Amino acid sequence: MADILDLSVLEAHDAKMAGELSPQEHTEAWFEAAGRDELNAYLWRNDRSAEAAAIEVDRDWNAPIAVKDIFCTEGVPTTAASRILEGYRPPYTATAVRQLIEAGLPILGKTNMDEFAMGSSNENSAYGPVLNPWDRERVPGGSSGGSAAAVAGGLAPWAIGTDTGGSIRQPAAFCGIVGLKPTYGAISRYGMIAFASSLDQCGPLTRTVSDAALLLAMLQGRDACDSTSVGIEGGISLPDREDLAGLRFGVPAELARDSVDAGVRKVFEAALVKIEALGGEVVEVSLPSAEHGISAYYVIAPAEASSNLARYDGVRYGMRAGGDGDLIEMYETTRSEGFGAEVERRIMLGTYALSSGYYEAYYGQAQKVRTRIAEDFSGAFSAVDFVVTPTAPSVAFKLGEKTDDPLSMYLNDFFTVPMSLAGIPAISIPAGLAEPEGGGPQLPVGFQIAAPAFAEQKLLDAAFALEQGIGFDDEHRSQLPWLQRVADA
Amino acid sequence: MIEREQVLHVARLARLRLSEAEVERMVGELSGILEHVDRIGKLDLEGVEPTSHVVALENVLRADEPRPSLPREVALASAPEPQEGAFRVPSPQAE
Repeated sequence: MADILDLSVLEAHDAKMAGELSPQEHTEAWFEAAGRDELNAYLWRNDRSAEAAAIEVDRDWNAPIAVKDIFCTEGVPTTAASRILEGYRPPYTATAVRQLIEAGLPILGKTNMDEFAMGSSNENSAYGPVLNPWDRERVPGGSSGGSAAAVAGGLAPWAIGTDTGGSIRQPAAFCGIVGLKPTYGAISRYGMIAFASSLDQCGPLTRTVSDAALLLAMLQGRDACDSTSVGIEGGISLPDREDLAGLRFGVPAELARDSVDAGVRKVFEAALVKIEALGGEVVEVSLPSAEHGISAYYVIAPAEASSNLARYDGVRYGMRAGGDGDLIEMYETTRSEGFGAEVERRIMLGTYALSSGYYEAYYGQAQKVRTRIAEDFSGAFSAVDFVVTPTAPSVAFKLGEKTDDPLSMYLNDFFTVPMSLAGIPAISIPAGLAEPEGGGPQLPVGFQIAAPAFAEQKLLDAAFALEQGIGFDDEHRSQLPWLQRVADA
Repeated sequence: MIEREQVLHVARLARLRLSEAEVERMVGELSGILEHVDRIGKLDLEGVEPTSHVVALENVLRADEPRPSLPREVALASAPEPQEGAFRVPSPQAE
């Protein structure tokens, strides 16, 4: 049998069923691996002390999991990578995490992220950036960068994150793993610290499409504590599709003039050839409003964030600063000392967009663009089964490369934001390696597949067939970072 | 695009205190972002319905039945300055 850490969760499950691997041995191996974090992927690790007992059940048969620090966990530090929540221990556990605990998944730890999920590089964490396991001079993507780096770097077999405008898919692409943003409403948001409530959605970051299906099956469902959750009718089963016969994949015509690195484009086009080899049909579709996605998103998300983050005021939880003056002085001192630069920038942007005299011009107009983008997708889906794009315009960039230019950082989300605005599911699977513009090591490229709302099963089936066809995992196993780490250990 | 005075006004609304350097930086950065965002201001979207929420849901209701909530001491446990079973805050008016 291969090394324990080399197995996907499904493979490990099969090995356990065949009596070749003991569940305890599997769990122990991963707890030990998580202890070797050199990537700053974890903000809190479960040392199985008394404080962790609140989120443990006495059932150790499933694979342990890493949880983004945006999910509330009872009695266990939950910071959303912000100073303002330093030391916060929530009095309850998020529904998504509770469902995993009840399914018998031990929690390995809480993963690093961009503060309040605002960012595309994980450099906005108050607790330091996460390093990309493929090249430690580069970012892992964001905002679920800790979860993605943990899975790619052999520090967790799988993880959950959240995606508001690409925060699962883009880091999955940068780290060479699978990331799924489900349909808005598929999974409960209860206990997930709110960034932009009409967009936020929990989802899996995994080594394989099958593992993503396993996690989604456990996470999805209606929750009385989140009135926007509806679950996925019929549930989710393991994908087993071997070809793509009879399926139509739409490539946006606009992609031809979009700004995409040459290496990324080459890998994307090779995947289209693979789709055809598997019996799928590749056709052109048009998403004329998608190019306005970034503009609409960077009005809607900051506007909702400025409202959601009003609760951090130094009164009920988290840190308090100032207090020698009056109440307003305490609010302002607490918030200015507690929030990082990007969070302040988005609060300012959102407050401005919602302020008197500007509401219609910004928020109102952005909501109309959102309608147009949703219409683009429903039009496309009347002719095709899926829409496909590169997940991000480039491979992982260098730490510090974009920190001085917020707009260029935002444009990273160009291909992921439209699906978020339309509320539809989209998955990123690793499709190959490409050299960064300007040279450097070969780095993973993500291939994004989007489907109509609640068509997750069909999406996972197709992604599975393509994943087997591309064979990224098999081809790159010998050079995958998690194996490197095993060799180093 | 956005003036210094507007930045200061918005910061007051958002309960943020910005240093002089932060105000300067914010003027430049917000202007750059708004310039990009303003592209949608030029689109003709007359008659397009705004989308505030993507899932078709109508009035998700439940019975209005009293049930236990968090115990007071649990709700207060994370507060920076709990006192006598309440959240203590500075006076709303400066002395």
